[in-house]
Order: sequence, then C-alpha cells, then structure tokens
Amino acid sequence: MTPLTSYLLVSSLLFSIGLAGALTRRNAILVLVGIELMLNAANLNFIAFWRYGPHPEALTGIMFAIFSIGVAAAEAAVGLALVISIYRHYKTTNLDQINSMRG
Amino acid sequence: MTLSFFILGVLTILGAAAALTLRNLVHCVLALILAFVGLAGLFLQLDAQFIGFAQILVYVGAVAILIVFAILLTRGTESTSQSIVSPSWIISGIVAAAVFGVLAWTIQSSVASRHPLPPQPEATVKQIGDALMSRFALPLEVIGLLLTAALVGAVTIAMRDKQEMK
Repeated sequence: MTPLTSYLLVSSLLFSIGLAGALTRRNAILVLVGIELMLNAANLNFIAFWRYGPHPEALTGIMFAIFSIGVAAAEAAVGLALVISIYRHYKTTNLDQINSMRG
Repeated sequence: MTLSFFILGVLTILGAAAALTLRNLVHCVLALILAFVGLAGLFLQLDAQFIGFAQILVYVGAVAILIVFAILLTRGTESTSQSIVSPSWIISGIVAAAVFGVLAWTIQSSVASRHPLPPQPEATVKQIGDALMSRFALPLEVIGLLLTAALVGAVTIAMRDKQEMK
C-alpha cells in the first residue's frame, strides 16, 4: 500500500464518519460537527494529492486547503448563529422537533 | 506506512468517531479537538507546515471554542432518557457505510495512487505568502469578503429581536 493510498483511506473513513454523524445525530450542533469533519477530510485529500502529485511546486493544493479552511470557518460561524437563533424560538436543538418553517 | 502515520490516523479516526457517538455534548467537543489535532499532525507529516499550524489555530482555537459556546448557550433542554440518534439511523448508517465502501474500492483500484514517490516539496511560509499576493490575490480578496459577510450575517442572525427583548 503506497502512502497516498493510506492517506486517502484515512480521509474517506473520516468523511464517512462525518456523513454518518450528520445524518444520524439528533442535535443540530453535532450535525454541524459532522459537516466540519467532512470538510476536514476534503482538506486532507487536498494536501495528500499536493504532496504526492506531479507538480508540488505550484502550491495549488496548499492554496485550496487554505481557502477551504476559511470557508469552513465562515460556515461554522453562520451555522452556529442559526442554531442559537432556532434555539431561542423553539427552545430545543433537537432536529426531530424542529419541523415547521413558520414562526 | 510509518508508525507515526498509524498513530496519528488512529487518533484522528477514534476522535472523530467518539465526537459523533458520545452522549455528553462537551465530551463530544473534546473528542473533536483530539481529531483536529490528529489531522494537524497528519498535515505536518505531509510537509505542509503552514496548513498544520493553521489547522490548530483555526479549528482547535476558534471553531471548537465556538461550538462550546453554542453548546453552553443552548443547554438545559436535552433529556437524558431520549435516544441520541434519529429513528432512521439504520438507513443513514447503511448510506455512510456504502459511501465508504465505494470510496475505498475506488482508491484501492485506481492507478493514480501508484505513482512513484516524488521528492519532498518545499512550501515555506514565504512561498505561500508570495503566491497569495500574486497568483491567488483575487481568491484572497474574495475569501476576505466572504468572511466579512459571514461575520455580519452571524451577528445579525443571532441578535435578539426588539420585540423578544420586551
């Protein structure tokens, strides 16, 4: 097994764990945690392909990972603000009980 | 596969699995921090020093603390007897396992991962800064705009309404 294969396997396992968490957990905050883990798995892919790719001197993978970290931080801030706003309205973060869009 | 890669990979996977299976939300965030630190170690192993330290700064330093704040602000309603997973968890688990199966099978059978190992690339902070200021200047500005918009949007969404305050 080459190093690239093992990194990609770790990354796909991390993605699947994040996907399972985002799909199964009831708490809205933990769904966001699952999405963060999926984005991190993508970052690991970017860096692994940059390191073992044919043109590492172009720094493209590094740049993509930097911008991906920035987008993930913005997503976490807005997502948690939404969770807090929903909690104020429904007094719960359980996604099964949040089932209407009307206030 | 070196020993350090094995340790860091197991640490990351276990942290991620614990973060999404534990019942106590604060414990979940602690396990999540473990997973983020393991990932930072993996980035350092891949010779991406800047990304490794940015991972610690942004994820462990900012995102995890933000999640702790959100957990503490939305506390008090979760009942201990209720199940932590939704009723349709079996289907979701099958979907996630199928995704992993397809990805693993594709990775194992792909020819792209059989290339010879290239020499260690150089990615100093100076090179990254030069690239950000020249070739990637426009994406940098766009990400700055996005972060500003996210900041303003998060404050606006989480701000209390005036009627609610009365």
